[in-house]
Amino acid sequence: MKKGCLISIIVVAFLALVVLVVVLWGTKVYNGMVTMQESVTSQWGNVETQYQRRTDLIPNFVNTVKGAANFEQTTLTQVIEARAKATSITIDPTKMTAANMQQFQQAQGQVSSALGRLMVVMEQYPELKATQNFRDLQITLEGTENRISVERRKFNEVALSYNTYIRRFPQNFLSGMFGFQAKPYFEAEKGAEKAPEVKF
Amino acid sequence: MRIKSVFLVAVTMLFCIITSNRAYSQNIPIRPVPPRLVNDFAGMLNSDEISRLERNLVVFNDSTSTQIAIVVVPSLDGYDKSDYAQKLGEKWGIGQKGTNNGILILVKPKTTDSRGEVFIAQGYGLEGAIPDLTCGEIVDNDILPAFRNGDYFGGLNKATNTLMSLARGEYSAAEYGQKAKKGTGKGAPLGLIIFIVFIIIAMISRNSGGSNNKHIGTGGLPFWMLLGMLGSGRGSGGSWGGFSGGSNSGGGFGGFGGGSFGGGGAGGSW
Repeated sequence: MKKGCLISIIVVAFLALVVLVVVLWGTKVYNGMVTMQESVTSQWGNVETQYQRRTDLIPNFVNTVKGAANFEQTTLTQVIEARAKATSITIDPTKMTAANMQQFQQAQGQVSSALGRLMVVMEQYPELKATQNFRDLQITLEGTENRISVERRKFNEVALSYNTYIRRFPQNFLSGMFGFQAKPYFEAEKGAEKAPEVKF
Repeated sequence: MRIKSVFLVAVTMLFCIITSNRAYSQNIPIRPVPPRLVNDFAGMLNSDEISRLERNLVVFNDSTSTQIAIVVVPSLDGYDKSDYAQKLGEKWGIGQKGTNNGILILVKPKTTDSRGEVFIAQGYGLEGAIPDLTCGEIVDNDILPAFRNGDYFGGLNKATNTLMSLARGEYSAAEYGQKAKKGTGKGAPLGLIIFIVFIIIAMISRNSGGSNNKHIGTGGLPFWMLLGMLGSGRGSGGSWGGFSGGSNSGGGFGGFGGGSFGGGGAGGSW
């Protein structure tokens, strides 16, 4: 009788200990996942800031080009159209999927290539090329493209460590239970990983 | 013997796997030990020039915590110079953590079959004080003219002085842009005009002197004066070197603080 009582106390105490350990572990893992998810979200913000910076730069191009007589309009129109399309596509960082990421990347990629083409066309106009404005635009665009690629790389790094963490063995139970989803990556496009080089 | 070779192969394979994962930073030089702000891996500067630059930059780091590093590499290993600068700055952690107040001047010297490249990258925290356009202006006004003449120390010294003044807020980026334009735009022609005027005066005074040999001396005097004035005219263009590096080096450089780089900056080639 006494012996059975002791055993049941030990069993209960052991179970309580197991539950405590599980709860403590769960709290730590859950908080870790939240922290990592937040760093992915904030890094996404940095990526968007740099894309926004480029979007804000486009009116400067339009104004500079206006200074040149009979400037070829098609490349300029392409930039403006690509910009309009890209600004209409935004991603809620809490609901990122591979599909909307690809859409976003494609739209922004079109802005990149349209701007690159515009730069090349602008260089064919000597009265444009000689201006200080043109040199300033070159430097600013180059800096912006560099910043975009740096922030994208940093996004991929934090997304990689988050994804690895939530998919690893013991954590995957909790991430499944609380609905932590893997984040998509930026994929290297043809020539997009390296910022387009603006030739002098 | 056999075990040893197997072990060696295993270690090499492991190393390859590790480095292939991190291939992007493979060729970027590792942080110097002991830490130094001026690192010449290509032998472009002599030891006296390095220690003078280093002393200025260490004093500046001690008083403001802003870290300006100069790195000269023999090759960019196929990277774009902006990419290389960002990766190196990030890897070394130039600037303080949190404030990200680091600046990197990256130089790849000119060789017989490749152009020289220079890039100034600023940390996140200095993007406002020293925007990309200003980095470009410093490269165009302070660095490239001197580098083209082979004066590497002079170019770097001028650039670091400008960067220090900008980081301290002694003048703004816009003010630097205006001053720089004035310096190169007006300084030189003014000297030239004075030169021409004095030549004309000298010729007139000689002509009016005619065959009188006693007046040779008066013809020579203006030449002497104009040389002095020419010198001062040039001086106003290059008055950026006003920062005198104090020699109170209480100790060496304490180490990089872990600052981060966002890919900003501008460069040029010669």
